[in-house]
Amino acid sequence: MPLPENTPQTIRKDPWARLKTFTAARIAMGRAGVSVPTAAQLDFQIAHAKARDAVLLPLDKDALFTDLAGAGFPATELTSRARDRREYLLRPDLGRRLDPHSADLLRERAGSSQAPDLAIVAADGLSTTAIARQAVPFLETFAPLAAKRGWTVSGAFFVNLGRVAVGDEIGEILGARAVAVLIGERPGLSSPDSMGVYMTYAPAVGLTDERRNCISNIRPEGQPFAKAARTLDHLLAKAFAACISGVCLKDDQALECAEVPKVCV
Amino acid sequence: MHSCLIGTKRYCFDGLRELMAKASPLRSGDALAGLAAESAEERAAARILLADVPLARFLEEQLIPYEMDEVTRLIVDAHDKAAFAPVASLTVGMFREWLLGEAADAETLAALAPGLTPEMAAAVSKIMRNQDLILAASKISNVSAFRSTIGLPGRMASRLQPNHPTDDPKGVLASIIDGLAYGCGDACIGINPATDNLGAVMRLLSMIDEIRERYAIPTQSCVLTHVTTTIEAIEKGAPVDLVFQSIGGTEAVNRSFGVNLAILEEGRRAGMSLGRGVAGDNLMYFETGQGSALSAGAHHDVDQQTVEARAYAVARAFDPLLVNTVVGFIGPEYLYDGKQIIRAGLEDNFCGKLLGLPMGCDVCYTNHAEADQDDMDGLLTLLGAAGCAFVMGVPGADDVMLNYQSTSFHDILYLRRVLGLKPSPEFAAWLTGMGLFDAEMRPMELDENNFKLELPHAAS
Repeated sequence: MPLPENTPQTIRKDPWARLKTFTAARIAMGRAGVSVPTAAQLDFQIAHAKARDAVLLPLDKDALFTDLAGAGFPATELTSRARDRREYLLRPDLGRRLDPHSADLLRERAGSSQAPDLAIVAADGLSTTAIARQAVPFLETFAPLAAKRGWTVSGAFFVNLGRVAVGDEIGEILGARAVAVLIGERPGLSSPDSMGVYMTYAPAVGLTDERRNCISNIRPEGQPFAKAARTLDHLLAKAFAACISGVCLKDDQALECAEVPKVCV
Repeated sequence: MHSCLIGTKRYCFDGLRELMAKASPLRSGDALAGLAAESAEERAAARILLADVPLARFLEEQLIPYEMDEVTRLIVDAHDKAAFAPVASLTVGMFREWLLGEAADAETLAALAPGLTPEMAAAVSKIMRNQDLILAASKISNVSAFRSTIGLPGRMASRLQPNHPTDDPKGVLASIIDGLAYGCGDACIGINPATDNLGAVMRLLSMIDEIRERYAIPTQSCVLTHVTTTIEAIEKGAPVDLVFQSIGGTEAVNRSFGVNLAILEEGRRAGMSLGRGVAGDNLMYFETGQGSALSAGAHHDVDQQTVEARAYAVARAFDPLLVNTVVGFIGPEYLYDGKQIIRAGLEDNFCGKLLGLPMGCDVCYTNHAEADQDDMDGLLTLLGAAGCAFVMGVPGADDVMLNYQSTSFHDILYLRRVLGLKPSPEFAAWLTGMGLFDAEMRPMELDENNFKLELPHAAS
């Protein structure tokens, strides 16, 4: 409905609004007095709400496991030592280890099957939204590349309340040559659903971040699935050839979108 | 051994290190480190005992051994006994009362700073409520200057933080124009670069210097890269104003940042060699934050607030222009929620000011912390009351490069208005001269015709 003619102006606009084309930063918002206009304030709140929900809302695991199985990665559900979301956030150390029951389950599984070249681990991390949206399409893109190389790849080991390093324990128990951990990254206001993939050669409990390579910001608006999958394929080939991962693989022009993580999730 | 009886229960603490940790207000980082009090009563008991410790005791018993740590050596060797004399006979509890009393005025507190150690500041802060931290800090003004003057009473400066995910020059410039037009940038125009690459850092330095020169803006520029990169940039002729470095309160955490005291001194000398300061020659810019030592496994079982105070002893050895505690960036495993972040921000501002520093604060949080804009409004307003020297200015409070929320240009205008604070004097004069603000620091009504900052074009 149009406003009546005598409606007072409540906002001062900024005459540099066209600079918005140069940056995603929240510039030229205008002002009400010296404060943020209502629409901009609410826009910020919806972005923060999405980021908070990504951290806190439970994952629809049934849907994820069905889709993973459909993509050729039947899921096994495991749990870290963190008991709930709050403890997960407060105690990163607990999210890095499997609970004893999960470790036993995995050992039984490992005893009855061949050790894979690559173990696939998925964890909710700091964004359940990211794993719900990006894990399956990423794996669908990556699977044909691994098949072409002739690598044996495990099903998906899903870890409730897991951190990146939990992949070390899973890879070690399975005797995998390498592990790829798909995990929800710390959400930003403009990127609540970013997934990271961390690759570690010869995974073992106690390894540190310098032994991992990281492909971050995987989502359609960030790093596309195809590029991320190619990078993982390339990283693994290098790691299998050199028998190492992490810092040593970093300075390779072909690995432009891979990096050694500064801080793992 | 410190011990006391509360009812029928006896509490024992083995030395100052444990007593300090157990007396510290609850925060997740100390719990993660296994240092926090196990009950509220144990915490209260530790405070009762801590209040009775003589300040002079901190000169005899070091929390981290002198032989093991160059920060301890710096603290002990630089201690000024004459400056300490006015409070030398006080206990921690009496020191709190002295700080809140009329005798502790601006002049007395300034003279006292070299006589205090970070552990004394941390100890007294642990038995102070938030209002005590605010009142005592508000009495202190530590002034520093380069092109603008920072830390004067009644002033609130801001760092303009025009970050961009790929350091795109036009993207950075767009945020700089936005910030200047909103009256921000008097503490510095400071970019966190997306990469530490020397060429990229030098391009950003030249870009900011050009705009600063062109409009004669009385501020200083900074690209927040490793101090060794800045030294290289200076050697290659880059226009460096401020020399930046993240620092912590132990030798080991500084090693994890790739620095030590000698490297910091080298950085300061390199900056001084350019002689670019006008109003003064304070040119170091340090960032700190509770929890960094624990995250590097470099805390020596000292609680995170005390380690943070020790970082201020490092900072003051280099006469900095700006010291900034990045309080909520580190995440919920160190500071869990708004309450813990607010407390930490007030502690850091108090301890830093008491030790003689021009303290600022990055009032901020990440999306996995239990905090939101309301918490930041609270901390920002409290810091304004506590005489904090500067805060960050990020477009819309949303840093699109570092993915966290800080304070916005609008937030700074809010704070100045509600508390009657003004920008630094040189910058305030520039803002009126450019027609951006009137003499009362109200924003002018701007349009294409009266806006004097030239906008970049897509094609240029």
